[in-house]
Formats: sequence, C-alpha cells, structure tokens
Amino acid sequence: MIGFLIRRVVQAIIVIVGVILITFLLSKLIPGGEARLVLGPRATPVSIAEFNKVNGLDRGFFDQFWNYIKGIVSHFNLGYSFKYNEGVTQLIFQKLPKTLALVGISTLVALVIAIPLGILQVVRRNHFVDYATTGLSFFFYAMPSFLLGTLLILWFSLDLKWFPVSPPIGSGGWTIFTDPRAFVLPVITLAAITIAAFSRYMRSSMMDAMTEDYVRTARAKGASKNRVLYGHALRNALIPIITLVGLSLPAIVSGALITETVFNYPGMGLLTVNSALNDDVNVVLGTTLVVTIATVLGSLIADILYALADPRIRLGGG
Amino acid sequence: MSEPEGFEHFDDPVYTTDTGTTALPLGFEAVSPDEMTGLPTGGEARAQGSMARQILRVFVENKLAVAGVIIVVFFVLFCFVGPHIYVTNQTNGQAALQFSTQNSPPSSAHPLGTDDNGFDILGRLMFAGQASLIVGFASALVATVVGVIYGATAGFFGGGADAFMMRVVDVGLSIPVLFLLIALVTIFHASEVLLILVIAFVSWLIPARLIRGETLTLRVREYVQAVKVMGGSRTRIVGRHIVPNAVGTIVVFATFQVADSILLLAALGFIGLGIPPPGTDWGTMLSNGVNYALQGFWWEIYPAGACIVLVVIAFNFIGDSLRDALEVRLQRR
Repeated sequence: MIGFLIRRVVQAIIVIVGVILITFLLSKLIPGGEARLVLGPRATPVSIAEFNKVNGLDRGFFDQFWNYIKGIVSHFNLGYSFKYNEGVTQLIFQKLPKTLALVGISTLVALVIAIPLGILQVVRRNHFVDYATTGLSFFFYAMPSFLLGTLLILWFSLDLKWFPVSPPIGSGGWTIFTDPRAFVLPVITLAAITIAAFSRYMRSSMMDAMTEDYVRTARAKGASKNRVLYGHALRNALIPIITLVGLSLPAIVSGALITETVFNYPGMGLLTVNSALNDDVNVVLGTTLVVTIATVLGSLIADILYALADPRIRLGGG
Repeated sequence: MSEPEGFEHFDDPVYTTDTGTTALPLGFEAVSPDEMTGLPTGGEARAQGSMARQILRVFVENKLAVAGVIIVVFFVLFCFVGPHIYVTNQTNGQAALQFSTQNSPPSSAHPLGTDDNGFDILGRLMFAGQASLIVGFASALVATVVGVIYGATAGFFGGGADAFMMRVVDVGLSIPVLFLLIALVTIFHASEVLLILVIAFVSWLIPARLIRGETLTLRVREYVQAVKVMGGSRTRIVGRHIVPNAVGTIVVFATFQVADSILLLAALGFIGLGIPPPGTDWGTMLSNGVNYALQGFWWEIYPAGACIVLVVIAFNFIGDSLRDALEVRLQRR
C-alpha cells in the first residue's frame, strides 16, 4: 500500500513537471515572442530588447525554465495579464472555486444517476429498458455539450422561463452561489455526457462481475438473486468506477470549459476563452497549467481512494 | 499515470487476423487488383481477403453501420457536389448584403433562410461542411499516422526509450484537450491547415498508447522472431509485420477519431476560434446563430446543430460496428 502510494505520488509529480515544461515551451513559441505580444506590432527593436532584459527573456533556455519553475513553486507566479492588468494567479484564484463547484456537483449528480442506471440495465438486460437507455446514452454521447447547453437555454430559459439564462454576476466572489436555480442547466449539460459514459461503464463492469468466480460461488451456496446482485457483484463493480472518475477528469474539465462558455458562467473555462479571444496568451497558459494540475491531483485522489477500497491493494504489497 | 487496475485492457492485445498471419494495411476499401500483385504469398492474401470480407460483412449485417455509411456519403455529396447544383454566394459579403435580406426566415428563395450577413443558410451549410469534413478527416489521418509510428516505435524498442516515450504520452493526456487546443490556437492563430495540425496534435496520444500495447504483444510472436532471426531490419519488422497486424485497431480508432475531430473543430468554432472569415464551419455557424436565440431565429441554430450531430453519430455507428466485427477491444474515452 505504502509502495503504491509513493509510486503514484512520484508519477503525479513527474506529470506536473512535464506539464510545466509544456506550458513553458508554448510560451516560447509565441510568434515574435512575448515582447511583441505585449508591446504590440509596432514595437521598436530597442524597446523589445529592453522588455526582454527586464523580464529575463534574454537569458539562456535552462536559466529561463528554472526561473519559470521557481516562480511557480515559490510564489505561484504565472506571469502577468496585460489585458486584465492583473497577475494571472490572482485572476485564476477568483475563478477556480467556481469551476471546482461546477465540476464537483456535476460529477456527483452524474454518479448518483449513472450507477443505478447501469445496475438497472444489467437487471433488465436485453429487455426494453436496457435497449432504451443504451440508445439514449448513445445519443448523449454524440451530443456536443455546446449544442445541448444551447438547446436547454432555448427551451427551458427562453421559452419556458424556468431557469435563468446565466448565473447572477456580482462584485463579490460568492454572488454566483446565491441562485441555485442558475446551476440546474449547467449541471445537466455537464453531467449528461458523463452519465452516458459512466452508465455504460457501470453496465459492463457489473456484467464482468457477474461472471466472476465469487458470484458463481455465492449462487452455488444458494444466495438469493438480490443478495448476489447487490451484496457481491455491485460491491465489486463499484470499485473500478472510482478509477473511471479519475480517468474522466480531463474530459469533464474540457466539458466544463464549454459549459461555462455556453452559460456565461464565470469560471476558469470562460476566463480561458475570453483571454484566447483577446490574445492574452499568459492567462490561457496559466489556466491550462492550473486546470491540469487540479486534474492530476484529482486523479491521484481517485487512485488513493481506489487503493483504499480494493482489499487486494490495501492489504497486498502492490 | 500508469493504468490503474481495472484498466489493464487499455493495453491488451487487441486484434489479430483470424489466421494469425500478416495482413497488409488497408482502409475501408476492398483490396484493389494492383495492391494484390504486391503480395508475396497466397497465405497473406487469404488473411487480407478475410479481413476485407469481415469488414464487408459488418456493413451487410449491421443496420446501424449501413445507416452510418449512408449519412456520411450523403454529407460528402451534400458538401462537395451540392454547391455545384445549388449555387450560392458564400464568400462575397458585400454582394450578400446587397442582394438578399439579413436574417430572413425560410422562403422559396432561401429554403433555410439567411443569416445575419445575408448568406443563404442551405448553401452555407455546404460551404461550412466542406471545412468541417476536411479538417475532420485530415486531422484524424495525421493523428493516426503519427500515433501509430510513435506507439510502434516505443513498443518495439521497449526499455528506457519506451518508458520515456510513454511518460510523454501520459503528460499529454493529463492536459484537458480543449485547454491545450485553445492555447495552441491562441499562440499560432487559426487557419484551416493549422487547425488540422493542432487537432491532430492533441489527438495522436490515444493511438500511440493503443499501438504501443499492441506492439508489445506482437513483437514476441513467432513470426516476428523469425523475421528477426532471418536478419530483417527493425523498420521492416515494424512496418511490414507489426503495424499491419494492428490494422483493426488502427481502422477502428481512425473512424472514431474523425467524429472526435469534427466535434473538436465544432467546439472551437462555437467558442469563436474556428475557421476564420471568410471561411466558416458548422460550429462557427451555430455560435453565430446563438447570438440571435433571443429573437427566435431558429433557422440559424438547428440546421448547423443537426449537421454536427448527424455526422458525429454516423461515424460512431460505423466505428462501433467495425469494432464489433474486428473484435477490437478499444476503450473509448
């Protein structure tokens, strides 16, 4: 167990360093360099040289990379947004909790719906319910979240007026949480695709568990159908779902970006999109880095939970 | 991240031809005669024939696959032949504003109405569809080729090189795709060719991982060992024996990837980072139409949305049927 944890943490650190390297390399690939981006296309060579000197951009590659890492590790320095006239880190920390709330609530909702749905499909397999839910999950799988979100707004916000089009925006960081109704449509949008994927996985995970030896043993000793299903198969089928959530995090976060754009929800995704449209590369790279680190940590937590839930790992040396 | 337990099948042996002999790479097309002449022995020809037959059987037996192919063929004709039959102006903004009304509802002159620039929407769906389909196909092709070469190389060499190359893939896969995509587009600015490359750049990681797993299991097979003993070069082993045997996985992946690439482009278009004007794509059209949601200009929203969903579902149908037919255990994300 300890060995597993150490290996897993080391892996996470390697991935995070790799991602930092990638965002660093990307910032070096800006055509004309960062100076041209900040000072504009008419900047003179002298002012560019001056900018590079002040910001340490005239030093060697490894020197710059070391400074970049040092800045991130010691005081979360992700550069400066020249459009918002604010540090990227400050911008991000205003937005991050909102995205975490959206992602967290949606994932929970998705699990609460998908797990019973997957079980239902197994219990009623090859019956109408199974085919209908399979067809539906197929549909939601192919349904792009930007289209689903748009349709939900058209039908439930504009036509029926059940929910607000976008969440309330106020000066305080927490205004957004004052209207729970504003969360309904974004959460549905983000959860829909995850529900489709999770329930498919739950179905096959449950099917796999049903063919295991311990299920046959339980049947042979005369356990009731429900006991086999919920006492033996379900408990084992649930464990891989933890891993699935961890592995799905990058996709869910990508979905959150779209959802935030559709609903004008002021999180990391909307910040990224607005900055991209404004050519504010520092912010885009900063959000990419922070979101990825959050995702890696999320997967790490999922793997640790998995290890705790699975006695083969918890008790074994693995 | 390594694959945690329960996900071992990510790297499992996925597909071999049923005779276990080598087959030449092939796509959807059946074997053409001039391809056949290049075959060294009858044994390989049989293996390939059975593969082509397998693929053919899918489309005969599986109604969803047939539906998928029909939809794809329809859209290819619609987008590339359609503009020659239903001729509309899609590039001259001035003329569009001059000769037709903006945001007009469907009428006999404009079956699907016009958009805010006065462009005819039916014609624009064809025009935008060209970009969406070209970018979808091309980036899926590039991603698959790059991923296959990378994965086969890593799997074949094994050891330290493999470990390093796979850590690179892990890092890439841990970045949420859309964030990476937006960062790349922001830095390099979108053109059609660049969008193809950028979408391929975020998509080659999955095939790399799949093919690497496949290679690991294939390289210990007897026939690969035999080629090695006979002095076959590494390039030859990978190119002629390992990659062709992974062709089932490759074909299935590429099919799904076309759908994913079209979706990624649509998402970029929706955000406002798609094909730049005067060009357009379905996602950009949709995003443009959403601006008029309040006014109820439904003809600017539903047709573009329907095109995206239909094409994506069609490729998913084809991919699913191929996967079942070729017995490929490909874990979708």
